[in-house]
Amino acid sequence: MTTTLDTKGMNCPLPILKAKKALKDVASGETLQVLSTDPGSVKDFEAFCRSTGNELVESSEADGIFTYMIKKSA
Amino acid sequence: MSEVANAKSMSIIVTKGTLDWAYPPFILATTAAAMDVKVSMFFTFYGLQLLKKSLDHLQITTLGNPGMEMPMMGMHMTMPNLMSAIPGVDAVCSTMMKNLIKKKGVASIPELREAAIDADIEMIGCQMTLDLFEYEPEDLIPGIKLAGAATYMENALKSDLNLFI
Repeated sequence: MTTTLDTKGMNCPLPILKAKKALKDVASGETLQVLSTDPGSVKDFEAFCRSTGNELVESSEADGIFTYMIKKSA
Repeated sequence: MSEVANAKSMSIIVTKGTLDWAYPPFILATTAAAMDVKVSMFFTFYGLQLLKKSLDHLQITTLGNPGMEMPMMGMHMTMPNLMSAIPGVDAVCSTMMKNLIKKKGVASIPELREAAIDADIEMIGCQMTLDLFEYEPEDLIPGIKLAGAATYMENALKSDLNLFI
């Protein structure tokens, strides 16, 4: 099951803070999809996932919207 | 919840009480907490302003700040130092900054402080500053600790990262 978190229009550090909060309600092994319009979030979600032990399964961009698939492993 | 995949800690000394300088400590503290870092913030001197119940009084000043270029009418404008001597100029500039912050989807300081509280970030107010500037504990938000330099040092000595902002 995938939960979606829409952070479009939000700037640093809100997408990360909201993602962290949303991950609390995601069961281990399940995936959180995060939508963002912040170009800085590309590197930030990589760093966030590396530091927290969650898996960044996918990171893509289309029409100015960045999509991240974060598999909760920690 | 991810249980301390990253068992690190950070302490921050917060010394400034302006709207712009309120950002670095709160952004780093909340982001660190989101990355499972245990965070302690020590608010001293003007930094104590950030623990007041209301944060409406926070302002920026254009005085002595040539790095502050505000985007305006497609250009960037700096404000001559002389201008900030005029009563009301800092207030007007602060309102402009707050509007810009809102427009660009940047979090407000009250929002970031709320996130810090939600993330169980330890906030310590400097007792000496309270005495010096004649504030009462009731002037500050509840749930904070009041302490001094030794408390900060104890935190700092066992932290992986210490910042002075």
